Amino acid sequence: MTDEELMRIVQETLVSVAPDLEGETFDPDATFRDQFEIDSMDYLNFIVGLSKRTGLEIPESAYPDLQTPAEVVRWLRGHRAEA
Amino acid sequence: MTTSRRITYREAVRQALREALASDERVFLMGEDVGAYGGAYACSLGLVDEFGTERVRNTPLAESGFTGAGIGAALGGMRPIVEIMTVNFALLALDQIVNTAATLRHMSGGQVSVPLVIRMATGAGRQLAAQHSHSLENWFAHVPGIRVVSPSTIPDARGMLKSALADPDPVIIMEHAMLYNEEGELEDAEDHAVDLDRAAVRRPGEQATIVTYSAGVKKALEAAGRLADEGISAEVIDLRSLRPLDDETVMASVRRTHRAVIVDEGWRTGSLAAEVATRIHEQAFYDLDAPVERVCTAEVPIPYPRHLEQAALPQPEGIVAAVKRTLRR
Amino acid sequence: MTPFTMPSLGADMDAGTLVEWTRRPGDPVRRGDVVAVVETQKGAIEIEVFHDGTLGRTLVAPGEKVPVGTVLAEILGPGEPMPAEASQSPAPAAAAEPGHAPEPPPAEAPPATRVEPAAAPPAPAAPTPAPSAAGRVVATPAARRRAGEAGIDLAAVPPGPGGVIGLAEVEAVAGRPPSAPAGGETPREARRGGPDLSGMRKAIAAALARSHREIPPYWGSRTIDVTDLYAWLERRNAERPVAERILFAAPLIRAVARALKESPGLNGHLAEDGFRPAEAVHLGIGTALRGGGLVAPALHDADRLDVAGVMAALSDLVPRARAGRLRSSEMTDATATLSSLGEDTSDSLMPLIYPPQVAIVGCGGPVRRPWVVDGEIVVRRVMTVTVGGDHRVSDGRLADRFLARLETVIKEPDAP
Repeated sequence: MTDEELMRIVQETLVSVAPDLEGETFDPDATFRDQFEIDSMDYLNFIVGLSKRTGLEIPESAYPDLQTPAEVVRWLRGHRAEA
Repeated sequence: MTTSRRITYREAVRQALREALASDERVFLMGEDVGAYGGAYACSLGLVDEFGTERVRNTPLAESGFTGAGIGAALGGMRPIVEIMTVNFALLALDQIVNTAATLRHMSGGQVSVPLVIRMATGAGRQLAAQHSHSLENWFAHVPGIRVVSPSTIPDARGMLKSALADPDPVIIMEHAMLYNEEGELEDAEDHAVDLDRAAVRRPGEQATIVTYSAGVKKALEAAGRLADEGISAEVIDLRSLRPLDDETVMASVRRTHRAVIVDEGWRTGSLAAEVATRIHEQAFYDLDAPVERVCTAEVPIPYPRHLEQAALPQPEGIVAAVKRTLRR
Repeated sequence: MTPFTMPSLGADMDAGTLVEWTRRPGDPVRRGDVVAVVETQKGAIEIEVFHDGTLGRTLVAPGEKVPVGTVLAEILGPGEPMPAEASQSPAPAAAAEPGHAPEPPPAEAPPATRVEPAAAPPAPAAPTPAPSAAGRVVATPAARRRAGEAGIDLAAVPPGPGGVIGLAEVEAVAGRPPSAPAGGETPREARRGGPDLSGMRKAIAAALARSHREIPPYWGSRTIDVTDLYAWLERRNAERPVAERILFAAPLIRAVARALKESPGLNGHLAEDGFRPAEAVHLGIGTALRGGGLVAPALHDADRLDVAGVMAALSDLVPRARAGRLRSSEMTDATATLSSLGEDTSDSLMPLIYPPQVAIVGCGGPVRRPWVVDGEIVVRRVMTVTVGGDHRVSDGRLADRFLARLETVIKEPDAP
């Protein structure tokens, strides 16, 4: 799966959690909180959605490394390779 | 070139009387104390010295009698001006006005006419209590065969008399007692006759039409000024003629503004306001954006104490509120 | 027959627009059932009935805006006959669907095109009699003619003040541009779905201006060590799959609710006849909306749920608050409110009470600080909790007791 495809998964998952973000421009390097006013509830739902979508178990300890779209893509790429 | 000068409504009435007496020998004035005393509201003060007791005639306190005498004189080719002190005393002359003056042209098959002018004071506001404060314009405006006019401005106070005298049928001029001391500009025009048939737009506006007459005009203009301060544009129409009513001017305005408020010092029930409102519903219903509002006098005999008298009468606050209701604000 | 009326969903609400009937006339209804959806300044609210019976005639059609207290429908008791006209009532839009259409009603203008009247001091409420034509469109003659000319269905025109469709209301629909204005960036809030944020801002302004004007508040603060709670949370979440994880907010809500339960002077409503303490603790959860705006829907019986139960309720409540899909009971039942800023935010806050409630609890962000434990300075995670109380009902001492109690119960997330 290419980075572009992973990025699309990130975007789609985020929009499914917060439908009002449909059509927003994504800055891959800005944090979810800063660019989308994502709070802890949204973030948890995002992680849940991502986990469902990719089949990967995402531990709470990984949260600090998953703050921007680019970080999430990087993390997914690495862990998909492991799995 | 015309010049203008500042005079009172009372002086405008007096000037009109003087001009009428001076220009037509058939014209004479009669009424209670109109001679040396100058009439109850001093409108004819000094005229007896200019024109003599033959043409400025005191009468007994007998309204039916001297109104009848005026009708007879009119039938005989004169142009009498009968002054009745106030509208409440005109009730004593109702038989002459309604049964005789208004009917003779029709009952004679057009053979005779009654070119009579009756002036009377109306209205409340001078603490004259329940028997001297009536606004019964609608009683007279109800009767076919007479014309009823109500001057609210200085030019109308002067000009309406000349036009009334030129009318071959009876004309009643209703002068509001609160207007006599009002001041205004009067142009010294040669021909000062005015159109008796048309209402006048005293203030143009866009969002609501306030229809009124007589002393109501001043209150409506004050209300329109306050509304303008709040960004609401109200048009003020002075009916001027109470019979016949100028439907055209009223409807043209209501069709534009879609809202109407009628201000009438008469009591609400059976009022002129009711007549105007009904005509608006008959002729401009599909243009209305709100029910027609009426601001009338409280249905009580006019109280004597000043605060109660003022509370009973239409006031600018009530007019402002009524206009806002039509705007659903 | 019991009238089912437009409820007041907050001190600041004076009218609402019926969006849809979710039940048909003739359907049996039970207390608590959602029978209608009403658009308010705080979004589309699902309206519940308070009586068992049968839905009788519906008197207000979708799209109509009516004042609070207007009878929307009749609830018939057992054995009451169905009025003949019921069959003519407008059919519910979503009667056959289990859910609701996510779209706002088409009659409602998007916020960007809404034209506000020129600023003018509000006129005193005019004593205009309410239009008597219940159950049908109330439109002025001029409005009817204009709608006819423009080919507009009056049923689709949102009524103006007093529930009347006037010329202005028709013109607003007739003159509405068919799409967003060409060129120029549409404001971010205007593009987003969910509740009408400009209307919500007015509602917040009205409620909090009233709070600030009427309520003499006192505030008390205490900084509470939540290190152990965080450790408990991490342990618990580590052994569970993602979907079962809970947020810090869940044990916090539960602890605040439990402490409120033992502080009756902070939990209830101040009515005109005095303070009415509440039996249950329905905790209003301050929820920020993207693009601005705030709602505080009630999380029912927050003191009686366990942490997992609170988390489940929260997961249900917050997305619906964001989408503008709350129930009427959630808008009105809150007995006190919790405003929690979350991590990486201000250390503390001094919140304003939402009337007619009498208390609000504000939590700053939990942060690591040097802290004294057993005489030693250690790094601990602490959170400053501020409780604002209505001084007409209680005194500052109650804040102290509440905060002391909270400090104890927050350490017992598993307590029954």
